[in-house]
Amino acid sequence: MANFQSYLREIKSRIAETTVDEIRQKPPQVLIDVREGEENQEGYIPGSDWIPRGKLEQRIEDAVPDRAADIVLYCAGGNRSALAARTLGELGYTQVRSLAGGFGAWKKAGLPIDKPFVFTDAQKARYARHTMLPEVGEVGQARLLRSRVLLVGAGGLGSPSGLYLGAAGIGTIGIVDDDVVDASNLQRQVLHNMTRIGVPKVDSAKQTLSDLNPDVQVIPHRVRLNSENVLDILNGYDLVVDGADNFQTRYLLNDAALMLKKPVVHASIFRFEGQITTFLPFDGPCYRCLYPEPPPAGMAPSCNEAGVLGVLPGVIGVLQATEAVKILLGIGQTLSGRLLIYDALAAKFRELKLRRDPGCVVCSDPKKPIQLIDYEAFCNI
Amino acid sequence: MANVRIPTPLRKLTLGQDLVTVPAATIGELISNLEAKHPGLRERLLDDKGQVRRFVNIFVGEEDIRFQKGLDTPLGEHSEVSIVPAIAGG
Repeated sequence: MANFQSYLREIKSRIAETTVDEIRQKPPQVLIDVREGEENQEGYIPGSDWIPRGKLEQRIEDAVPDRAADIVLYCAGGNRSALAARTLGELGYTQVRSLAGGFGAWKKAGLPIDKPFVFTDAQKARYARHTMLPEVGEVGQARLLRSRVLLVGAGGLGSPSGLYLGAAGIGTIGIVDDDVVDASNLQRQVLHNMTRIGVPKVDSAKQTLSDLNPDVQVIPHRVRLNSENVLDILNGYDLVVDGADNFQTRYLLNDAALMLKKPVVHASIFRFEGQITTFLPFDGPCYRCLYPEPPPAGMAPSCNEAGVLGVLPGVIGVLQATEAVKILLGIGQTLSGRLLIYDALAAKFRELKLRRDPGCVVCSDPKKPIQLIDYEAFCNI
Repeated sequence: MANVRIPTPLRKLTLGQDLVTVPAATIGELISNLEAKHPGLRERLLDDKGQVRRFVNIFVGEEDIRFQKGLDTPLGEHSEVSIVPAIAGG
């Protein structure tokens, strides 16, 4: 009858092992910590996913659908990961290795470790419907809590996207708006309310989001973006949600985001119609690939016809928040290269293809310096 | 024949119609025929040099004509043309 030691030797002879040096030189496609929760909490190898060995068979197909993926498993010393490697082999995974010496060897080599985000009980309860999604999990929720999103505009689009991003637990939300709350805003700008009329929109938004979720740190920027301040403001954020109400800001934002290589979730609305897409810098098209130049004042629809159905920005702003969360989590397909148009009256979505313009003045050549332009103010629609 | 989707900002030129059917073999022809039917539309779509304005996109099906053959982009019997102008509202 086999004892544990002989059993382990037998298993190790049948699986592949790797070393700390090897995975440092060539990081595997997937690195999984199979230790228990409390061990993982003490620290883990940067970039690794965590699936405790007891849940491995159950979760691996969601976590790594590709049976041919290059997977390295590790535990504390290299025994449990060897047993886990054998299990994955039995499940049809063909390129699984176990890290000899495990986390202990990594630590002994003086290599950096990451510590997981430790959720409070209140956070566990608040984000439970997120963390139970395998695509989000505690790792994804921690990523959201560490994310920094800049909302440009706390108006029609910024209101719904701000509320949902706040509810989702985006840890830092910056809000740019130089306006104050007006009674005519309340038909659609659901971040604000009657008691805030005359209050700066950034302060009203901060109050609403802080009441909604104490995990969110709101940074108010009560300014209008211009070529002088835009880089400083954008610099501190991972992603920008463009809900501006004018062309000057939108072009400036596009150009500055390209300079800093920040993704922009872009949307605009007019009457019953909304447009939304995502601009991934130098990867997909940018705003100028779509519309190279802003319209001159005379060609933009005049101000007095610029009404908007109040719920329209609700639909479009929530789509923006959805894009932002997906990009931050690295899940799903973005709207990069696709313009989604929503016609509220027809209740129809249409999708059009967007391409990078090889002649684009700002993004066709990543090495070409970008000059920020302060366009003259013209009628805002 | 093409069905042209008229965007909200231009509907006052088409008496509020959101879909206009126009006979044409190319986009250039389509714009001339649209102008004949709804005067004023051409100026909103093309600049003084007869080029599509830089803040307007015209799509045949899902494809932007700037990446096809521009105004010479051919139209089929049942082409769907979308006019998509830049809008800035937020």
